[in-house]
Amino acid sequence: MIGVGKIKQYTNVLDKPLSRGRQEVSLSAFAFLFSELVQYNQTQVDNISELERRLEDAGYAVGARVLELLCHREKGNRRETRLLGILSFVHSTVWKVLFGKVADSLEKGTEHEDEYMISEKELLVNRFISVPKDMGAFNCGAFVAGIVKGVLDGAGFPAVVTAHFVPVDGQQRPRTTILIKFAEEVLRRESRLG
Amino acid sequence: MAAIYSLFIINKSGGLIFYKEYGSAGRMDTNDSLRLASLWHSMHAISQQLSPTNGCSGIELLQADTFDLHCFQSLTGTKFFVVCEPGTLHMETLLKVIYELYTDYVLKNPFYEMEMPIRCELFDLNLSQVIQKDRGALLGR
Repeated sequence: MIGVGKIKQYTNVLDKPLSRGRQEVSLSAFAFLFSELVQYNQTQVDNISELERRLEDAGYAVGARVLELLCHREKGNRRETRLLGILSFVHSTVWKVLFGKVADSLEKGTEHEDEYMISEKELLVNRFISVPKDMGAFNCGAFVAGIVKGVLDGAGFPAVVTAHFVPVDGQQRPRTTILIKFAEEVLRRESRLG
Repeated sequence: MAAIYSLFIINKSGGLIFYKEYGSAGRMDTNDSLRLASLWHSMHAISQQLSPTNGCSGIELLQADTFDLHCFQSLTGTKFFVVCEPGTLHMETLLKVIYELYTDYVLKNPFYEMEMPIRCELFDLNLSQVIQKDRGALLGR
């Protein structure tokens, strides 16, 4: 037959090149899967902060793996050592790969030196979710906060990351802000690096 | 011109899970709306048996002097029906759009229990947007 190439057979799965994979996943499929994740965790916990912590832990696992994958795929195995570098990596590259677009904004906190905020009009994971009134300020974006925490921890920038709803004038739905509070050692190292 | 009076959504066992009033008559009493929903559920089921043709899936349109009732049944048995002014057009399309909103904002919501009354903020929000747009389009003609 004309034009048939020979496919190289890899004996060891570790030798196979890391494919780029399918770029797009059905949003509905993800939404149902995420909904099940939340529902499953709801049956395992007694209160809302436990539920948030569990979602964060689930996201943490994703974040750690995403960091490894993207460092290899997108950045040619370069390692970020500066604060702004890792933050823009999260804000642009990680968001682009996970949610198909860069995050809406990245801001430095005005009150505290160690706080940064990534804002989004509406997180992809929250697109179809309406939190009932009796759950208060619970935000399924805790999952995304966990992803960010996983990426930052893996890159050597330990931080406390939380997701918050911020009401906006003139808009019915509140904006979501991922608040990143870096640990002391990160700021000390950053000031040392100048 | 033509307007929607009310929208009902009933689950597969005939229980009312969503009721919204758009007409000037004001909201029906809760018990009355529940009774109406189960009445329609039964009539819908009986009509499937009464039909002289095979493979009938139930009543799709009921026309009366003062109103029309359009009904859409999903494959899972959930029924969406809208009571509107006689002669209103494109109600079937509207029902399909509402069904899509239901699958998006109700079924993908982890806090919604199946077959229970719908209490989803996003569903209400998008539904009123669709009804407004529909109303605007009708008035524009």
